[in-house]
Amino acid sequence: MMDTKKTFSHPPGASVANPGNTTVNKTGAWRTYRPSLDFNKCTGCGICTRFCPEGCIELGKPEGFQSKSASETKNPNPLKAIIDYDYCKGCRICEVECPFKAISSVVEEK
Amino acid sequence: MEKFLEGSQAAAEAAALCDPSLTVAYPITPQTHIVEDIAKLIADGKLKASHIEVESEFSAISAVIGGSAAGVRVYTATSSQGLALMHEALFAAAGMRFPIVMHVANRALSAPLSIWNDWQDSISERDSGWIQLFCETAEEVVDTTIQAYRIAEDKKVLLPIMVCMDGFFITHTMEPVDMPEKAEVDRFLPKYVPNYTILDPKKPASIGCFTFPKQYAEIRSMLSDAIDNSKDIIKEAHDDYAKIFKRKYGNGLVEEYRLEGKKIAIITMGSLAGNVREVVDSRKDVGLLRIRSFRPFPKEDIISALKDVNTVLIFEKDISLGTGYGALYPEIKSALGDKKKVINYIVGMGGIDCTVDAIDDAVEKSKYRKDGEAVWLFETQNT
Repeated sequence: MMDTKKTFSHPPGASVANPGNTTVNKTGAWRTYRPSLDFNKCTGCGICTRFCPEGCIELGKPEGFQSKSASETKNPNPLKAIIDYDYCKGCRICEVECPFKAISSVVEEK
Repeated sequence: MEKFLEGSQAAAEAAALCDPSLTVAYPITPQTHIVEDIAKLIADGKLKASHIEVESEFSAISAVIGGSAAGVRVYTATSSQGLALMHEALFAAAGMRFPIVMHVANRALSAPLSIWNDWQDSISERDSGWIQLFCETAEEVVDTTIQAYRIAEDKKVLLPIMVCMDGFFITHTMEPVDMPEKAEVDRFLPKYVPNYTILDPKKPASIGCFTFPKQYAEIRSMLSDAIDNSKDIIKEAHDDYAKIFKRKYGNGLVEEYRLEGKKIAIITMGSLAGNVREVVDSRKDVGLLRIRSFRPFPKEDIISALKDVNTVLIFEKDISLGTGYGALYPEIKSALGDKKKVINYIVGMGGIDCTVDAIDDAVEKSKYRKDGEAVWLFETQNT
């Protein structure tokens, strides 16, 4: 037998007044391929940061990586592209766009 | 103040009296005079509003949605193909619960192309969630526009409203109109306060968000309840308005004219009711039930008004293609059940004049028609 009238109390207009809460959904779980950076090839040019559709690449100083100095390398920029794997969906656009071929992908292992 | 003016001008002045902060204009016959008059009122300093002239009706509806989302009172007007072009956004506006008020100068839909009046344009948006109020005269357009902002902005409603008027018959006809004074309108319609989450850079929010099935169904159910319950607020706003301005239109949802004791009732909407009144006055066997609120559909009021009637003649200016009937017929027939003879007259399509004689003739010949017949009227003599 059909239920009688129900009332609901969602905000009218399906509005969300606390923005940014979509971050609880970690879309990194959708990945099949995991892109990774060779920091030695990365020049910190920032092209991948602009092309990433999810905005999950930022320039920063990678942990545990010692940048070579100007005398040791043509590429002394201490800032490298850092991928946020919580939200990276593995679309590999960064890999395609990197002019220095510093990004390569492997199948995600869980 | 008594004025003698074109219906479209009355519509524009009524909207201006409500102080929208954002007016959006795109022209389409027979509404163009309305948005031209709004622009003139702003240019003459009689209305302070941001006025945007957009590049299409889709842009127009998007602009009022944006304005409403930003928390201001908004206004626009359209017709026919323009309303059809707004189609997807109409559902979004209602779903997001924005209290937009829009004038619709009812005009036939293409194809074939017609600039003249019928109701097909707003009828075709009847599922959108917009409240639709149909006006008989320029005076009623003025009164209904002012009431519409009050109804739409009510916390229990929060729905957009189409104030419908017959293209050319109302928009391009000059009528005497008692135009309310600003001070009186301000007594009835308070300053705008948005009763919902708005877009504010200092407090970011999202409106009309993605939902999974359960939330979608529940929120649509809330929307359905809101428009059903708006009947009470429509009546309330109508009655409160009557106390200040001394003008009534039935109970706000439907209006009876000499229906008491009659066995035959004519049901119609808009300016055609004027012709029906003439027929009612000359014959003694028929009364009028004019539907003012088409959405929400005033089922209970219709059943109650017609309880002693045994023949119902529905005169409507639209066709729901594929059913053989107009839009009003199935809704009214299902409300009334099998006990009454209900005949559907498809009239006035593309602006054909549905004359007093044609209506009188139809009433006379309805004795020989059966329940469930649909009759198209093309000329005065055709019944």
